[in-house]
Amino acid sequence: MGLIVAENISKNYQVVATKVTKDYGTTENVVRALRDVSFEIEPASFVSFVGPSGSGKTTLLNLIGCLDKPTDGKLTVVGTDVLKLDRHESAQFRGDNLGFIFQDFNLIPVLTVYENIEYPLIIVKNTPAGERRKRVMTVLEAVGMADQKDKYPDQISGGQKQRVAVARALVSDPKLVLADEPTANLDSKTAYTIIDLMKKMRNERKTTFIFSTHDQKIVGEAEIIYSLADGELVDKQVKGGKQNG
Amino acid sequence: MGNLFKIAVRNLFRYKRRTLLTVSLIAMGVIFVLGYISISGSFKNMIIAQITGSMIGDLQVHRKGYVASIENLPLNMNLKPQAVKKLEGILNQLPEIEAYSPRVKFGGMFSTFVETTNIRLNGVYPEKEFKTVPLLASRITEGQKALNKGEILLPELLARGMKAKIGDMIVIVATNQDGSVNGKQFKVGGILESATGPGGRDGYVHIEDAMEVLRMGEMEISEVAVRIKHFGKVEAFTQKLDGLLSGEVNKQGKPAFEVHSWQQLSPFYNIARMIDMMTIFIQLMLISVVLISIMNVMIMAVYERIREIGTIAAIGTLPTKILSMFIMEGLCLGVIGTVIGNVIGAAIIFILNISGWVTFDFSRQKGLVLSPTIDPVNMLVISAIVIFVSVIASLQPALKASRMEPIKALRHV
Repeated sequence: MGLIVAENISKNYQVVATKVTKDYGTTENVVRALRDVSFEIEPASFVSFVGPSGSGKTTLLNLIGCLDKPTDGKLTVVGTDVLKLDRHESAQFRGDNLGFIFQDFNLIPVLTVYENIEYPLIIVKNTPAGERRKRVMTVLEAVGMADQKDKYPDQISGGQKQRVAVARALVSDPKLVLADEPTANLDSKTAYTIIDLMKKMRNERKTTFIFSTHDQKIVGEAEIIYSLADGELVDKQVKGGKQNG
Repeated sequence: MGNLFKIAVRNLFRYKRRTLLTVSLIAMGVIFVLGYISISGSFKNMIIAQITGSMIGDLQVHRKGYVASIENLPLNMNLKPQAVKKLEGILNQLPEIEAYSPRVKFGGMFSTFVETTNIRLNGVYPEKEFKTVPLLASRITEGQKALNKGEILLPELLARGMKAKIGDMIVIVATNQDGSVNGKQFKVGGILESATGPGGRDGYVHIEDAMEVLRMGEMEISEVAVRIKHFGKVEAFTQKLDGLLSGEVNKQGKPAFEVHSWQQLSPFYNIARMIDMMTIFIQLMLISVVLISIMNVMIMAVYERIREIGTIAAIGTLPTKILSMFIMEGLCLGVIGTVIGNVIGAAIIFILNISGWVTFDFSRQKGLVLSPTIDPVNMLVISAIVIFVSVIASLQPALKASRMEPIKALRHV
């Protein structure tokens, strides 16, 4: 199944959003979650979307993650016009190119730490067993969870769960990892550890990380910070300088 | 596939009590169906074996029109010697036949010199008759398990009512074809246990004695009872024989013979059909139990795991894989329930067999010991039905799971 490749200009960026708008509700009662949002994200960036609750962070991450589609505008992710993907193609695209880290970790409770990380390689990518084991052990060691690999999610702490979630997101070597409020359920110390881990992974693997947060302490850890308010992109900060969006 | 199976089994163990209850329900359903089929089937087979093996044979050949008037035992409808010769010529060439027995059937008066009553008699060649209906010997409750010339095997009820005992002399009087009456003395050689069905209360004499009573100049035969080697092929063989005999015509150019299988001759066939019908209803009940219980469990499983479904969909699991995961769970429930049900069911049937606990009375036959057996094909068919229904029952919840929008599922609280 071929995915639709957008214009060459998009290929220099991992994400290109052009006047992206997202509405919810019926035609009589429209709620505009995003309004004419435009930005580009380069490969291997460490980007954060910040803003108060209801500002549109999660909506934007869902659009980039191909979990939802814009009402208007154009969105290209990893060189693919996501608007043109059907349900099946979206799922395949996510499996091939994206990794997800969730606020509530969302580990599969019946699988061990090892099996949770292995899951995308088995069910999504159909990776051969030998290769699978190598990749799982590599990310397990990278996130410092190799000694916990046989435990079930209910036998490890929240911070450890999020480490597992990071490992699961990275095991299939995605081009882009999306993390929606990845530290919201963690204490500050653990939150910093997780952000440091994500950064380390970005540095080692050149994976683009995009996360949303409203935690001001964590925001400072991002290299590029996009601020959202009432569905509009109001500010862009690049570490070492400030640039209005 | 192996990984989907592993995940399915793990998910089933997540809710141990619920899984245990569902598996138990399916297993119990399978056990009851196996038990019912084995007991009712064995009962049916035992009675059919009694009827065909001790009285009527697997099938019978008569002169065309005889069966319609069989209650009168009409002597003028007997097969003439030439027809019997033709018939025996054909029967002798058929390898499917185990044995056959020509019979002269007639009604007469039975007198003990003190009392007189009616009696229906079969004149038979003892050797051929015992080969064709081998259980006849087991029905002889008193006297020698044989029939000699000059002796009569009396049905139990008649013997008791007439106070006739082994060794007593009695007289049989019968009207022959030309309307004259003749009588002959017989020694009571045996008492026959009565049995349900046509011929179940008939007496037996040697065929040459019957000829003498009826003053037959040459041998005329009322019917030929046939026993075949493979009882399961009785219908096919009846059709085959009917086809072979259809070419034989009488002087009027009409068919000379008619062939009837035991199903057409015994009223028990309708009871057998009723048993088969009830078996189908029992199987339908099992299907309902499996369908409802698995569908219930799978619907619950989908509702309880909406966020999990959202997660696996978000990380790229294709809808077809999600569908397979849930179907696999239902399949596992069905397979586990079926295996346990089959093992316990087979064990119960085995115990019933060696214990001899299941006894019953059938008409005059008392204390029949049932040996419940189950055909492995039946077990396979029941297992296949349960497993197929398990998949069908999982289909709707699995489709629901596979069609969920990941974003909505992830938001689910």
